[in-house]
Amino acid sequence: MNDMSNKWIGTRTIRPDGADKVTGRATYSADNTMPGMIWGKILRSPHAHARIKSIDTSKAEALPGVKAIVTAKDFVDFPLDKSVMLGIQDMRWMARNVMAKEKALFHGHPVAAVAAINEQVAAEACALIAVDYEVLPHAIEIEDAIKPDAPILHDWVQHEGKPSNIAGTMVLKTGDIEKGFAEADIIVERTFTTRPVHQGYIEPHACTVSHAADGRVTIWSSSQGQFMVRAMTALLTGIPQSNIRAIPAEIGGGFGAKTIVYLEPVAVLLSKKSGRPVKIVMSRDDVQRATGPAPGSLMTVKIGAKKDGTLVAAKGEFYLQAGGLPGSPLRGPVGCSFAAYAIPNILSTGYDVVSNRSKVAAYRAPGAPHGAFAAESVLDEIAEKLGIDPLDMRVRNSAKPGDKAIYGPNFGDVTFIETVDAIRKHPHYKAPLDKNPRPGVKRGRGVASGFWYNAGGESSVQVNITEDGNVVVTTGHPDVGGSRASIANVVAELLGIEHGRVNVIIGDTQTIGFSNLTGGSRVTFASAMVATSACEKVVAQLKDRAAKIWKIEAEAVKWEDGMALPAGDNAGKFPPLSLKDLAAKANEMGGPIGNQTQLNTTGADPGFATHCVDVEVDVDLGIVRVLRYTAAQDVGRALHPGYVEGQIQGGVVQGIGWALSEEYLYDKNGKVDNATFLDYRMPVCSDVPMIEALVIEIPNSKHPQGVRGVGEAPIVPPLAAIANAVYDALGKRFTALPMSPPKVVERLEQAD
Amino acid sequence: MTDIRYLAPTTVDEAVSAFAAATGAASILAGGTDLLVQMRSGVRKPGTIIDIKKIPALTAIEDLGGGAFRVGAAVSGAVLAEHKGFAKAWPGVLEAINLIGSKQVQGRASPGGNLCNSSPAGDSVPAMVAAGALVTIQGPNGKREIPVEAVPAGPGRTTLTPGEIVVSLTFPARPAGSSDAYLRMIPRTEMDIAVVGIGVNLTMEGGVVKAARVGLGAVAPTVLLVEAAAKALIGTKLDDAALEAAAAACRAACNPINDKRGTIVYRTKVAGVLLKRTAAIAAARAGGN
Repeated sequence: MNDMSNKWIGTRTIRPDGADKVTGRATYSADNTMPGMIWGKILRSPHAHARIKSIDTSKAEALPGVKAIVTAKDFVDFPLDKSVMLGIQDMRWMARNVMAKEKALFHGHPVAAVAAINEQVAAEACALIAVDYEVLPHAIEIEDAIKPDAPILHDWVQHEGKPSNIAGTMVLKTGDIEKGFAEADIIVERTFTTRPVHQGYIEPHACTVSHAADGRVTIWSSSQGQFMVRAMTALLTGIPQSNIRAIPAEIGGGFGAKTIVYLEPVAVLLSKKSGRPVKIVMSRDDVQRATGPAPGSLMTVKIGAKKDGTLVAAKGEFYLQAGGLPGSPLRGPVGCSFAAYAIPNILSTGYDVVSNRSKVAAYRAPGAPHGAFAAESVLDEIAEKLGIDPLDMRVRNSAKPGDKAIYGPNFGDVTFIETVDAIRKHPHYKAPLDKNPRPGVKRGRGVASGFWYNAGGESSVQVNITEDGNVVVTTGHPDVGGSRASIANVVAELLGIEHGRVNVIIGDTQTIGFSNLTGGSRVTFASAMVATSACEKVVAQLKDRAAKIWKIEAEAVKWEDGMALPAGDNAGKFPPLSLKDLAAKANEMGGPIGNQTQLNTTGADPGFATHCVDVEVDVDLGIVRVLRYTAAQDVGRALHPGYVEGQIQGGVVQGIGWALSEEYLYDKNGKVDNATFLDYRMPVCSDVPMIEALVIEIPNSKHPQGVRGVGEAPIVPPLAAIANAVYDALGKRFTALPMSPPKVVERLEQAD
Repeated sequence: MTDIRYLAPTTVDEAVSAFAAATGAASILAGGTDLLVQMRSGVRKPGTIIDIKKIPALTAIEDLGGGAFRVGAAVSGAVLAEHKGFAKAWPGVLEAINLIGSKQVQGRASPGGNLCNSSPAGDSVPAMVAAGALVTIQGPNGKREIPVEAVPAGPGRTTLTPGEIVVSLTFPARPAGSSDAYLRMIPRTEMDIAVVGIGVNLTMEGGVVKAARVGLGAVAPTVLLVEAAAKALIGTKLDDAALEAAAAACRAACNPINDKRGTIVYRTKVAGVLLKRTAAIAAARAGGN
């Protein structure tokens, strides 16, 4: 059931969380309080790199008002030689990120935590904890961390047989790279750098935790997965999952970064020791220093092409920052950079580099924007040198259905060309651009494309018909991008009832079955799939009930517009039975009506996006402004178009910040120097134009509504698109981000 | 928990005696848009807060005639923006004051507070320096008047002596053909802090600059009065050579640092660029006055 005659699917219904959010009633992480609650505070390392020789908490414990103190020794021990994985996260590193054990690995790394009667006393107690540090030399940047004489963070990390800060590698290859380059008429090779950028969610991490006397734990926190919170907390504290109830709060942004825990296990142990509910709230300073960000990168991309623009070889070397502990998203650049193209010879290598900065976290399409910045910039240069339109060049080289993707599987549908065509035919791409509008001002236009895997995975849903004939849907996924609104549209459509009669809520870990993270552009895909399955079973139940009432066969009943009807004349003549009628008779006809469906969903085809951007450069000041931005993406089916456009626009805005202004700055002691929204420059509203989202709907044949993931692909092209536009304006390639004013001025003064 | 005393005197004399009595443990609260942020971040921990907004002279705007105005130190940017006469006489000063913070902050933030916060990047200060405004200060030893540029002593420090309070700012009368302008370089379009800020105040007669003052911010420990730049403009028709000479004077006056907000090289270059742009705006406005 999916077409343009749909009544609710594809419409801009009122969002279920809207009224609460605009009136301030929505309950976020930090909004929960409990009787007898006390406050937790984290003591953080004042050094970028130091061995922790000892921690003396005795003075802090003696301070009146202090109720509990924990350090790494209170957590479950994860020995270095035995990996314990939860999804993509290794608990050896997660445990050491939540609380430093052998070493403090970055400025701001938690080393102890205190719970006290109020925040002031907790802060005083933190100051009384004596940590004996052996301060070590530190390395922040990739270039410094991979030098032969770099300070080594972990003596158990070896690369090529030697102690190293390269904690891991990933290689994907196809064909014969040397032969490929030998066949090329043109080869372009460039080295690129990007700076770490924070996900920039407005809501800092926070939680309230109650560890009751009977050992049962309740956690209120916002995250991208209450089951992840439960599982990681269980692993790090040793409390069984069945004793932990993780209740998801409304979330003020995550963008991938809230797929791991920072505070919850700490608060659980403080609550267990003190016997009191404990609340911990991070400051913005904590968030910027010690959570996220996306990695910075050092990348070399080399691409070879024939004179006609056919790509014959591509090589990528991608060094990504992991932060203080291993685990950068290598599969992003290594797998995605060339994935949209049919290139016969590819060698793509990633290096996971540890250095003394906060452990990176997922950020929309982790690692893919980095790789696309490099690869799509090189493609633009090749197209220009060959005199080929950059969009034509992408069409010519698009991967085809059935091609083997560099990352393994064979492609099903490939809808890349459709996104390129949408831009090619759009008035934006055809509009004349005055490249010299005023003295000292230059304008340029750029394009770039992007690829993201998308994902399926585990999802649970309950669809329950209330006694008065309305519908409550419970899903297991925190709603970060409109999943409640989308599922309400689907359920109203499938049950044939007014949208307002469907209420979608997010269950906690005790009230709904296991559901994997909200991430990977998977939740609307997966939850619409399970909701569809559940609705089909509910409709079957309803038909069954009607058949019983009419004393006919269930096959002789059809469900239309929210009512059971005889399927045809042969079935007999009966007045329709509405959902309300059937709900009223539910108990006498077999009991409550409802269904829980749980699936490991599959069939999430990848996402493709192509973007076009016009920029204007104030040459004397080096300021780049985005004038116009058009983003085309195949979304399969937009269950709720407003949210789909919002996802695309949001990805672009974050890409603009990444390209032009956002970066981490460190002082000489390895401390973040711009841990505020004033000096960590995310774009404000007036920095970005209205972004036009071209929503292409080519239904995914493997999904009941045709859904394809949306949330990540739109952040992949902007970095390269903007850099290509700046090149068009100024005639200089920018291989280092951000293109901030001082750097633009500096680049303009360089020869070439 | 530390207790904080809050006082709201209604006369300058009361405020001065309370301030002096607190011997350094008190902070003056005008709009509070700096003070409260500093208190929250733990940078300042005053024992007493003296709110000066209840003192009539501190929130008054007096039109003294001929383009001259006296503006109470605690007048908010939003209130000043609604004063038609001030906007006509001192558009550059007003636009500078109105750039402090955001729309919401404008409801509270005051030029007196911006001056006393003594950030080299304070937006209103270069414009007030260019305007030649005088600051009326009252303290335990009575009243005194000094030029705006004499107030800041360095980042976060002023030349005010213990117990002294800035009462008002007096903008001088100005001949026909006078106007001013303020421009700043910020990486974003708003909600940002000046990397360089510059105020230019001109009096034009028949297309020739008769009088000029230039105030330059965020390029040295304090906001600078760049007399060499003014001199390069006076007597000229703001031709390219004159503008370049003034820009060069601004660059020469720069004594910035490399920090997270800008480099020495960049700030120095931008000072020259903004001088030219700001002077052009001020001259165009002066032509209409």
